Amino acid sequence: MRLSAQFLWLIPALPLLAAGIGAFTPRGGRALAAGAAITAMALAFLVACAAFLAALRDPTAHLVYNFTWFDVGTSPLRLGWLLNPLTAVMCVMVTFVGLLIFIFSLGYLHADPNFTRFFCFLSLFAAAMLGLLVANSLLLLFICWELVGLASYLLIGFWFHKPAAAAAAKKAFITTRIGDLGLLLGILWLYDATGSLLFFDGGNGVLEAKALASLITQTTVGGLAVSTAIGLLIFCGAIGKSGQFPLHVWLPDAMEGPTPVSALIHAATMVAAGVFLIARVFPLMAADQGLATVPLHALTVVAFIGALTALLGAVIAIAQNDIKRVLAFSTVSQLGYMMLALGVGSWVAAIFHLLTHAFFKALLFLGAGSVIHAAHHEQDIRNLGGLRGPLRLTFATFAIGTMALAGVPFVFSGFWSKESILHAAHAWHVSMLPLAAGLIAVVLTAFYMTRLVAETFFGHARSPVAAAAHESPRRMTTPLMILAGGTIALSFIGTPYWPWLQHFLDPTAHADPSDLQLMILSIVLVALGSGTGWALYARHPRPRPTAADPLARLAPPIITALAARLHFDEFYHATFGQFSHGFARFADGLDRFIWDGAIRFLARLSEFAGSVNRDVDENALNGGFDAASENLRAGGKTYAQAQTGQVQGYLRFVAVGFVLLALAALLGGFR
Amino acid sequence: MNLSPLHFCLLFSSGLFCIGLIGALSRRNAILVLLGIELMLNAANLNFIAFWRFSPNPENGHGILFVVFSIAVAAAEAAVGLALVISIYRHQKNIRLPEATRLKG
Repeated sequence: MRLSAQFLWLIPALPLLAAGIGAFTPRGGRALAAGAAITAMALAFLVACAAFLAALRDPTAHLVYNFTWFDVGTSPLRLGWLLNPLTAVMCVMVTFVGLLIFIFSLGYLHADPNFTRFFCFLSLFAAAMLGLLVANSLLLLFICWELVGLASYLLIGFWFHKPAAAAAAKKAFITTRIGDLGLLLGILWLYDATGSLLFFDGGNGVLEAKALASLITQTTVGGLAVSTAIGLLIFCGAIGKSGQFPLHVWLPDAMEGPTPVSALIHAATMVAAGVFLIARVFPLMAADQGLATVPLHALTVVAFIGALTALLGAVIAIAQNDIKRVLAFSTVSQLGYMMLALGVGSWVAAIFHLLTHAFFKALLFLGAGSVIHAAHHEQDIRNLGGLRGPLRLTFATFAIGTMALAGVPFVFSGFWSKESILHAAHAWHVSMLPLAAGLIAVVLTAFYMTRLVAETFFGHARSPVAAAAHESPRRMTTPLMILAGGTIALSFIGTPYWPWLQHFLDPTAHADPSDLQLMILSIVLVALGSGTGWALYARHPRPRPTAADPLARLAPPIITALAARLHFDEFYHATFGQFSHGFARFADGLDRFIWDGAIRFLARLSEFAGSVNRDVDENALNGGFDAASENLRAGGKTYAQAQTGQVQGYLRFVAVGFVLLALAALLGGFR
Repeated sequence: MNLSPLHFCLLFSSGLFCIGLIGALSRRNAILVLLGIELMLNAANLNFIAFWRFSPNPENGHGILFVVFSIAVAAAEAAVGLALVISIYRHQKNIRLPEATRLKG
């Protein structure tokens, strides 16, 4: 079926419609809300497959459909959809993994009273994420970016009655917001510099030659090229959204949300949005810096931050005891790998790892969800153990996911994607530090995942809930099996011996020969890590929940620091948090005493004027008038005394007057 | 001084007028006040007659006509005055004028 880019809007629109239906569904309308969400996602998957087939036809084309949203004065504000291999592959992945997670949620949240609200928010998230993927306009991308952050906030804080969940949701939103500020500044600057927000626009788009040429030649603060500066600002958004150092602190806390949320948002899709963004604007990030005064590549910064994050996440994960926290830090580490791949110049390797990571990390999270569901929401691995027997299917799929993540060779896709990243790092001319960090992280990844599996599934049950666990229902285990199948299947599309995916995503790149030495080295490192983990945790399983961790016996201060996540939260609280508190107190004081004082002073002035007015009015004016009236009345009373009421008295006056008149006439002469 | 008959008549009518005035001003009884008023009117009538009688041409009846009209008016006014007295009596059950002070201000 031939699909033109014009119909790409269907992919995000269908889940959005389901979200709208879910918003108006009453609490009891579970079937309607869930049915709408799952149907919409399934239909979106079909449309995504059609788009994928259309992209297969011509992988080099960037099919766009642009339209004007509204006019700002004389300049039109244009939005659009973009269909290219990257879009197609991402849409298929998001819809497929999302569909499986939706089906898993049917079983996981079966007992929750807010079932319909959950599916409404899930559909909203899916719509926003898919909108982000198909967008050809940076504005539309940013809108969907923020919507995805909102959906994350709503879903992390789904059980908002728990203070920890509400705080975690707030923390996630605020931390990503800090990154989003950088992204917004980058977008605005890009619009100012090039006059367009569209990626591809028949030659005028920001990723096309004309715009890039103008951006390379202009320089800005510190001698950086404008393209580098904009690239760094856009990377800020990716740092926030994808949990890179230093904004990684929200991801572990985000595990307060339900496990399907952790699987969908914080493993497979939303955190991958940062990686996707950098891959999308890769031509801008990779633009030649030869003309700038300071030839700093934005990608260099990306690579180093990615390497640091990969190492940081892996190191902290080895000391965590909550099943979801281990997986969260693992996600941080793997996202660091993806940024590393982008930084060393191979966005294809990054996207390949993103795809494989989506599958095996979603698998691991859903497996963890199955374990949590079976153990009645016990998440501490020190209290679990021996679940291999009762939870056979979960164990099998979790093991497949673990092997993919650790990088067990050949059959599991994680090995091939990690290999391509390490290969690209090895070929980087600037520094070998990212490669070193990547290799160390390989060991640590294998180690902590083996530790997790050993503590959870092997040994004997260390608590009553672990002993009473039983396998999850079919609704929850079927997605696990499908994801496990996908994890293995994906390994066949990206190997160096048949790089179908790499060729599809970027047909212009030349094929890299495989590096056998690096492959052998990474296999050895994986064996080293897994072996150590097995020896420490599976050979002599933990006897009691309170028994000391074998690592803690070796280097207690380091392990306690790692278990406390290297005190990043405390550091941020002590610096930015305290500063904000202090500034807020200062602003409060300013407001209360100075501004409020000024207003109260003005009020007092008005009051005083009013009282003066009143005094003048009452005493001077009224008093004056009253006194005058009193005088008038007194005068009247005096005159009224002449009115005796006696007729004869009045007559007397008349007579006397007459006499006087006569006298006057007589004496004065008759006139 | 030469007192002609006209002077006598005029003096007489003035005296009558004064008596009438004093009576009207100082009697307590309302009817006696009316009496005084009648006296004053009649004094004026006398004045008219005196001037008519001792005028250059007494044959035209102007003076008598004046008096006839005056007597008629006096009669009407006496009627009205008596009606007022009856009203006062109805209010106060006597006709002592000093007691009629309801218009006192």
